[in-house]
Amino acid sequence: MTIDASPVVLLAILAMTGATYLTRAGGFWLMGYVNLTPRVRRMLEASPGAVIVATVLPLVVRDGIAAAAAVATGAVVMYLLRRDYLAVFAGMAVAAAARAMAG
Amino acid sequence: MNARVKTSPAFWSFDGFALGARLGAPLLPGMIAFGLAVGSTGAANGLTLAESILMNGLVYAGLSQMAALGVWPSEMTSGAIVGLALLVFTVNSRLLLAGAGLQPWLGTLPASQVYPTLYLLTDPGWIIAMRYRAEGGADAAIILGGGLLFYAFWMVATTVGHLAGSLVPDPQAIALDLVVPVFFAAMLVPLWRGPKRALAWAVAGVVALAFYFFVEGWWYVIAGSVAGIVAGGFVDDD
Repeated sequence: MTIDASPVVLLAILAMTGATYLTRAGGFWLMGYVNLTPRVRRMLEASPGAVIVATVLPLVVRDGIAAAAAVATGAVVMYLLRRDYLAVFAGMAVAAAARAMAG
Repeated sequence: MNARVKTSPAFWSFDGFALGARLGAPLLPGMIAFGLAVGSTGAANGLTLAESILMNGLVYAGLSQMAALGVWPSEMTSGAIVGLALLVFTVNSRLLLAGAGLQPWLGTLPASQVYPTLYLLTDPGWIIAMRYRAEGGADAAIILGGGLLFYAFWMVATTVGHLAGSLVPDPQAIALDLVVPVFFAAMLVPLWRGPKRALAWAVAGVVALAFYFFVEGWWYVIAGSVAGIVAGGFVDDD
């Protein structure tokens, strides 16, 4: 079997690979040179929540009621039952139902 | 919940590897659906099977691949290659924050162990890891366990998606596009450290929305995240 790939496309893929790995490794690498003061530690602790909200909120605004209901359900189920699976499953069920109703 | 959790130095174990895979499992339906979509989008843009497998296996960042495929040029010039690399870097720049967040935990491990592991870094994998760490965990193998699980399913799903082409069902129709957002929202619950700390999240949300409405492109995630993180630095411990 021959590998059917164009050299320029391969080059593009390699460039994209390098750019992506730079983001994966670069933050960790740079952070190694930053002094871990209490303020920096608080910033890092805030980071997962900040990234989640910045990712999910615009998506909910764009998608409307189904996404909002799904996301809210996921959070509430997680709060009540502390089970990731159930939170995801319940959120999806609500989204599917809401979209089906919206037609 | 406001008490600081005492954390111990990083280590690796097989138990952690298995735990990482288990923690990542709820996300698999969403990841498979997304992988099918990315695979079929690549095929629709004229990628050969080999090109598709290479892109999915090497770049391994679906959202940025979708962005790149959305502007995939019919003739690949050197300018287009630079443009694609910049686009991918922009869309994935939030992973810079993810890596930075892992430094206090993984920084004590040898670079020869950390940097290959970072190749598998994804948003959901990072969120799972940060939640585990916030609860006092130290086993670095959970990142590898979840990461390899995602990678394996991703490769199968994208390849099947490429071969199936237009037969791939629309993830939106079965709500699978919402698996990751719902999971993320659920993860806010264990990450909650009181209303004062959540101020950073509110700042992240407001800035992300402002960028979403007023700035074109993918900047809203990174702008909102950075704003929230900076705000988090100014909220004192209680």
